[in-house]
Amino acid sequence: MASEFAVEMRDVVKRFITPEGNEMAAVDHVTMQIKNGEFFSMLGSSGCGKTTSLRMIAGFEWPTEGEVYIEGNAMGHTPPFQRKVNTVFQSYALFQHMTVYQNLAFGLEMEGAKEDEIKKRVGRALEMVQLTGMDRRRPRQLSGGQQQRVALARALVKTPDVLLLDEPLGALDLKLRKEMQLELKALQQQLGITFIYVTHDQEEALTMSDRIAVMSKGQVQQMGTPVEIYERPSNKFVADFIGESNFLEGKIKSLSKKEASVFIPGLNVEVTGMPISEGMVKGEEVVVSIRPEKIRIADKDTKSNNMFRAKVTNTVYIGADTHVYVDVHHTKLKVLEQNRISRLDPKSFYVVGQDVWLMLMPENTLVLKKD
Amino acid sequence: MNPFRRSPFVLVATVLVYTFLYAPIIGLVLYSFNASRANVTFEGFIPAFSERVVMDGSLVKSSPCGPFHWYCDLAKNDDVAEAAGNTLTIAVVATIVATVIGTMAAIALQRYDFKLKPFSQLSLYIPIVIPEIVMGIGVLTLFSQLFGWVNESFNLSGDARLSLGMATVTISHIAFMVPFVTLVVQARLQGFDKSFEEAAMDLGANEWTTFRRVTFPMILPGVMSGALLAFTLSLDDFVITFFTNGPGSTTLPIYVYGLLRRIITPQVNALSTVWILVVFTAVLLLQLIQNREQKQHS
Amino acid sequence: MLKRLRENKSTQGTLLALPTTLWLFFLLIIPLILTLVISFGKRSPDGDVIYTFSLNNYTRLFGYSTDCPEGQASCFNPLYVQILWRSLTLAFNTTALVIIMAYPLAYFIARAHPKRRNLFLFMVLIPLWTNFVIRVYAWMMLLRKEGAINVIIGGVANLLNIPFTPLEMLYTPGAVLVGMVYEFLPFMILPIYTSLEKIDTSLYEAAADLGANAIKTFLRVTLPLSMPGVVAGTILVFIPVMGTFIVSDILGGRQVILVGNLIQRQFLDARDPTFGSAASLILMIMTLIVTYFYTRKFGFGEEIVPA
Repeated sequence: MASEFAVEMRDVVKRFITPEGNEMAAVDHVTMQIKNGEFFSMLGSSGCGKTTSLRMIAGFEWPTEGEVYIEGNAMGHTPPFQRKVNTVFQSYALFQHMTVYQNLAFGLEMEGAKEDEIKKRVGRALEMVQLTGMDRRRPRQLSGGQQQRVALARALVKTPDVLLLDEPLGALDLKLRKEMQLELKALQQQLGITFIYVTHDQEEALTMSDRIAVMSKGQVQQMGTPVEIYERPSNKFVADFIGESNFLEGKIKSLSKKEASVFIPGLNVEVTGMPISEGMVKGEEVVVSIRPEKIRIADKDTKSNNMFRAKVTNTVYIGADTHVYVDVHHTKLKVLEQNRISRLDPKSFYVVGQDVWLMLMPENTLVLKKD
Repeated sequence: MNPFRRSPFVLVATVLVYTFLYAPIIGLVLYSFNASRANVTFEGFIPAFSERVVMDGSLVKSSPCGPFHWYCDLAKNDDVAEAAGNTLTIAVVATIVATVIGTMAAIALQRYDFKLKPFSQLSLYIPIVIPEIVMGIGVLTLFSQLFGWVNESFNLSGDARLSLGMATVTISHIAFMVPFVTLVVQARLQGFDKSFEEAAMDLGANEWTTFRRVTFPMILPGVMSGALLAFTLSLDDFVITFFTNGPGSTTLPIYVYGLLRRIITPQVNALSTVWILVVFTAVLLLQLIQNREQKQHS
Repeated sequence: MLKRLRENKSTQGTLLALPTTLWLFFLLIIPLILTLVISFGKRSPDGDVIYTFSLNNYTRLFGYSTDCPEGQASCFNPLYVQILWRSLTLAFNTTALVIIMAYPLAYFIARAHPKRRNLFLFMVLIPLWTNFVIRVYAWMMLLRKEGAINVIIGGVANLLNIPFTPLEMLYTPGAVLVGMVYEFLPFMILPIYTSLEKIDTSLYEAAADLGANAIKTFLRVTLPLSMPGVVAGTILVFIPVMGTFIVSDILGGRQVILVGNLIQRQFLDARDPTFGSAASLILMIMTLIVTYFYTRKFGFGEEIVPA
């Protein structure tokens, strides 16, 4: 392989002219390195620049500034048909006037492959996505899930170095989507090619990816493994976007190399031994992020560190878990409790108005810079 | 709930309007069998098939073709054959040119940004918002001034002189048909998802292959309905042809108009009936083909 | 070279649109300019055009005349103003009548069973596919003194023992109106149908649910939502009616002269293209003004493009 990176974006900017005539950067100085054989996701809400980034890799758009590299080669204005990447479209973009077979054969015909080779490869690709025998159907005669598989097979039959997937599962229902997520992941591992996956669904990204780039407003907010992104979000946006968090204002009282004591006025407690990121100073105003499932809740004071009293204001039962909303000195917090035992007896659980004790584990709380 | 669905008012109005639409046509067809040559009143059907045509004053007593006497008469009319030939030639040539350049323009207007775009788009609405006669006398003036100038400056004489004829009619037909083709194809392109073309390019097809293998087959129904519209407009056109035709380029509508100003025999009715039948059959066939294709696709 | 063209989308677009744009420029726009230029010209004795700048054609059109009785130098001749006014009122009347007739039919088709809708539409289109000239001729046959209408009325009168003299219907303004309505009726039915057919039936259910009766539902829901169709139909009917000359030529005889007839005669019989050009420009300006004010009030109909 020419390069250790399958795809690289170096300081890429893409500006568009809005219909109102203003200039807008859909992608704003993005740098990403995607390794060979990696399952890489770009995650963000609509308009964050993830699809535009993907389209620049595919060659449908050209960067205004910066450069896209595929296998170490600068792409410049190379048209899509000269790039060794293939795309699975959000809308599938299956050619309605062709059969499933013709759809798959199209890309191979463009390579100038011989008819018997096309036949063999299309057959294999259909087998791979479990659509053997469907080759003479038209796309419209297939179910959504089957169309999705055809789109996948059509891209994979070209044996690309990199497969680009633009929200490919968005149109499927939840159950099918979950099945396909695992299937896609297995397929990627089996084939060993690089997948670049665009999605707005965080669970999907966490399930499948080796690494995730969380994007917002055209910029990469954080890049890392699913665990890193969830457990160590690098800023308030990521902490808020991935999963849920209670955000509280705080002030650093004292700090050592890796740990700090932070006073949280809303709770009127000082939490000690909290992990911090670089460049924080004593006396700095910070944001403390606490995941709801990482707060321990008890009905008695066990007199341990970082413990404080709260009042239950509401409980919401959602099957596997219960959300407990509590009030501490007029600060609202959300706590997630797993329903390890049956909650059929209402008295077996926290009731509204009850006093409870909360415990924070410093290693599970995060100190983030204020925006 | 569907208010007014069974409203007697709507029902009565519908019957009346359909009667209004069809009464003239039924009369037209009926009179094509008229025994009276003067064709003013209906004097009954021409009775018998016989060796030869027997006339009693202006009444046809018998004819080898029986009631279809005027149709036989029509078949022998060389002027009609010539006019029909002219009409078809003009319609076919003009439709092909208008469909090709009109589709190109539709793609340009829908997909590209260029300086000329607002002007191109605006000029498409001219034939819709300006009465046909204004355009008719406009092109007549253009051709007569231009031809006059060319003939004089180059001292052309005899057959070499430029004059109105098939070419001027065809060129003018294209001019007023193109906007309709472009607007119809443009409307179809509006709903066209660009990702189909991106998918083709992504799979290795260059721009031309993408157009040939993906875009064109997908917009073909739109192009076809644009072409069909253009073709019927050309067949039906009277005004533009009226001002731009010359010797030897008489079309059927012009021919019929000429007859109406002179003597009207039931031959005109026979011609009209044949016309209606031909158009009816053509459209019916087209519908059947379309339906079959739709069934194949679904 | 090819690579540069590939990257230059603007040049690609221009090249694609060029044939059509040039064609329209030379055959629609240049002729309009030429018409304007000639309208300021004068007619030479042998019927040719003398290029000058004279407003004579326009003053003549609006009634200024030098052909006056009793040695007057100039006087008002209402002939051409009357023609313009007649064309305008005829176009308004035709459009109004066509809307009244087209709406119930379009409504009926839009509410018919989906399987039967195409048949009903097809039945509207068949008369449209017979030639324009043939359609006028058909009415000529019906309206004649000895024509079918008089024959039928006469037959009924005879049965009822009422004395009846055949009606003189041909060569009257009424005949021209009927002919115009017949020619352009389908152009109103189709767009109204298209906009009615688009209305989601759940809107009727919602209106009923909110307490509207059938008439209120029609007035407050159906009618407003079908306005784009009415607007498109009006444009498709009003403009051609303003300019048509065959209907009045054949059904109106010498009795009903419209701008269209005036223009046609200037170009073919009277051989004064300069006066014809002026009349044609005034016709164009009249339609543009009416269309402008109409579309400014109601918007430009989306249904204008037949699909």
